[in-house]
Order: sequence, then C-alpha cells, then structure tokens
Amino acid sequence: MMGGPWLFDIALGVLLVVLAIASIHARNLYAGVVMFISFGLVAALTWTYLGAPDLALAEAAISAGLTGVLLFAALARIGNTGSTPFTPRRLPALLCLAVAGLLMVTLWPLARNPSVLPGMAMANLPRTGVDNPVTGVLLNFRAWDTLLELAVLLVALLGSRGLRPTPEEEPVPWPLLTAWSRLLVPLLTLFGGYLLWRGGNWPGGAFQAGAMLAAGAVLLRLNGLLPEVAWRNPVVRGLTIAGLALFATIAALTAWLGDGWLNYPPGTDNALMMLIEIIATLSIATVLTLLVAGNKTELEP
Amino acid sequence: MNEIMVWISWLAVMAGVFFFVAGAIGLARFPDIHCRLHAVTKADTLGMGFLVLGFGIRAEHWHSAALMLVIWLLVAASSAVSCHLLARYEQLEDEQ
Repeated sequence: MMGGPWLFDIALGVLLVVLAIASIHARNLYAGVVMFISFGLVAALTWTYLGAPDLALAEAAISAGLTGVLLFAALARIGNTGSTPFTPRRLPALLCLAVAGLLMVTLWPLARNPSVLPGMAMANLPRTGVDNPVTGVLLNFRAWDTLLELAVLLVALLGSRGLRPTPEEEPVPWPLLTAWSRLLVPLLTLFGGYLLWRGGNWPGGAFQAGAMLAAGAVLLRLNGLLPEVAWRNPVVRGLTIAGLALFATIAALTAWLGDGWLNYPPGTDNALMMLIEIIATLSIATVLTLLVAGNKTELEP
Repeated sequence: MNEIMVWISWLAVMAGVFFFVAGAIGLARFPDIHCRLHAVTKADTLGMGFLVLGFGIRAEHWHSAALMLVIWLLVAASSAVSCHLLARYEQLEDEQ
C-alpha cells in the first residue's frame, strides 16, 4: 500500500540518486561540491530515518561538513572549471547495472531473514561495559577495525602533507564571521564533549566528537583567532599520533600480558574504552584540523 | 491536551509549511541573489519558528520543546549570518 511512510522513503531515495548524479555532472565544479554536500546531508537524514543516529552524525559531520570544506579548499586552488559534459556510454552503463543487480541479489536475503549478528552483539553487550551497542561493537568486539581506521586517518594526513600543496593566501576574516565564531565555537566544543561522554550509552563517540572539535578549530583558524596549527609544534605532533599509539599499546599489552590481542581484562573494559575514546577524540580532532587548516608555509623547504 | 491546543498546533504547523514552500519557490524563481537570499532566509527563520511552535505545543515533555527552541535559535542565527556573508561577498564581486 502506498501510505505516508512509503512516500517519504521514495522521496529520500530519489533525492539521493538525483543528488549523486548532479554532484558528478554539475555545470561546474562549484555546483558539484554544493551538490555533494547536499548529498551528505540527505544521506544523514536517511540514516536518521532508518534508525542509525550514529551513522547520521558521522555522515553529517565528516562527509558533509569537513569533506565539503576540504573540497572547497581544493577548488580554491584549481579554479572553478566546468566538469566533463555528460555523454552516455553503453558499456560502462551495462557494467554498472550488472554490478547493481548483483548487489541487490546479494542483499535481498538480508531483508528476508535478518542476520544473527545483531542478536549476538546485543546478548554479549553486558560484557563490554557500555550500553550503546554501536560503541560496544566499535571498541570491543571489532576494536581492531577502529584501530586500523585511526591508522588510515593518520596515513591520509601524512600523504596529503607529502604532496606539498602550494600555499594559498589567507582570506581576511570578516568581523561578522569572527563574532559569530566566537559564539559558535564554545557551543561546538560543549556539544563535542557531550557526544563523547554520551557515546558509552547513547549515539555518539570519538569520530563524531572529534569532527565537532575539528570544526570549531577550523572556524577559529579561518578567523585568525587561533595561532597556526604548526606541525613543528610537539604538542600537535603528539596529539596526532596519540590515539593510534595508545590503542596499539593497549593491544600489545593485552596480547602480551592478558588473554589476547585487544581482549580487555574483565572489569577494566569500561575504563579502557573511555580512555581510548577520549584520546582518540583529541587525535581525530587534531588530524582533521591539520587536514583542513594545517599551515602550508612551513611545508616550503 | 485540549482541543484548542491541537487546533493551534495544526495552524502553526501549516503556517510553517506555507513559509517553507514559499521560500523554496522564491529561491527557484526570484531573479537575483539578494531576492533569493531574502526568500530562503525568511523561510528558514519564520517557517521553522512556526514548525517549532506547532510541535512544541504537542511535545509530551517540556525538554523536547526546549530542545527544539534551541535548535531554532541556532538555525535562525546561522542562516542570518550566512545570508549576510553571501550578500556581502556578492557585493564585493560586483564592485570589482
């Protein structure tokens, strides 16, 4: 039956596909970036609607927010050129359709008989020491994945610094934006801390909180209210690797002295996960800030 | 929840929807950037204010109403600031 909820489903689905196509085939690159950010926001709305607020927060903060800023920064460097005009090609289209069909066939059984994994995760949740299943899975059952994600973020930062982007002139901040950022950044910091703290029991966690803090830092940096985030500063460097270092140390210690790789000793789960979350948040915030607003001048030899 | 409140809440929600639709049409149809900014900012501020009023009346707990009020204040302030910035940028471009 075509009721109200179905209408919303279809509207969201169509909007996502249209925005995805529009972001690739926009008139010029600026429009493409705007479409990409809109796509991220609609995707976040979709995740909220599907009951996955953790994903929605990450999507909105990282995909729509920080990636958007990164794309705009890249755009400022290469200029607003037009994108390649759309020419339909038969072979790639057929290939895409085939892959899409294959994916649908693979995913269809999941809709019929749900996976047993959520049940197992929920049943073992009391052993993790947290109440939020997403945090439990990310930092306990699948802690290995989260550790590698931190490593990926660090490698991305080192890679982008290795490319030695040409320094761009910093825009003169407008007083209105400066005043607004003075008001907004304390709120962002508060909200970031709240997301981190609630991560144990409610949606939230290190990545979302880190993105919030980074957004605040970038805003301050763009307004010249924050001294430059310099790579030569040992605190910045220390914070950048702190998350991964702590996580790897705990992993090594549990493998050496405990029951195995990332198998937290009983009773310390909650404290260890909270410690990792706090340090990882600071680490993620520093890496994201450096990616977006790290100073370019010191890269010159 | 008495009936009058339900009616007031419906009226507010309908007014909110009206302003959002009007803002969207204005964004699509108005000729230059200043008119468009005017349309879309009014829609955000006024339309969302009415929506918050409508849903706030229906909220089961004052917590949710207060939360919506805070969200509205943030959206209103940030849309006013970004509207100003865009308009000023356009002015700078025109002068050059």
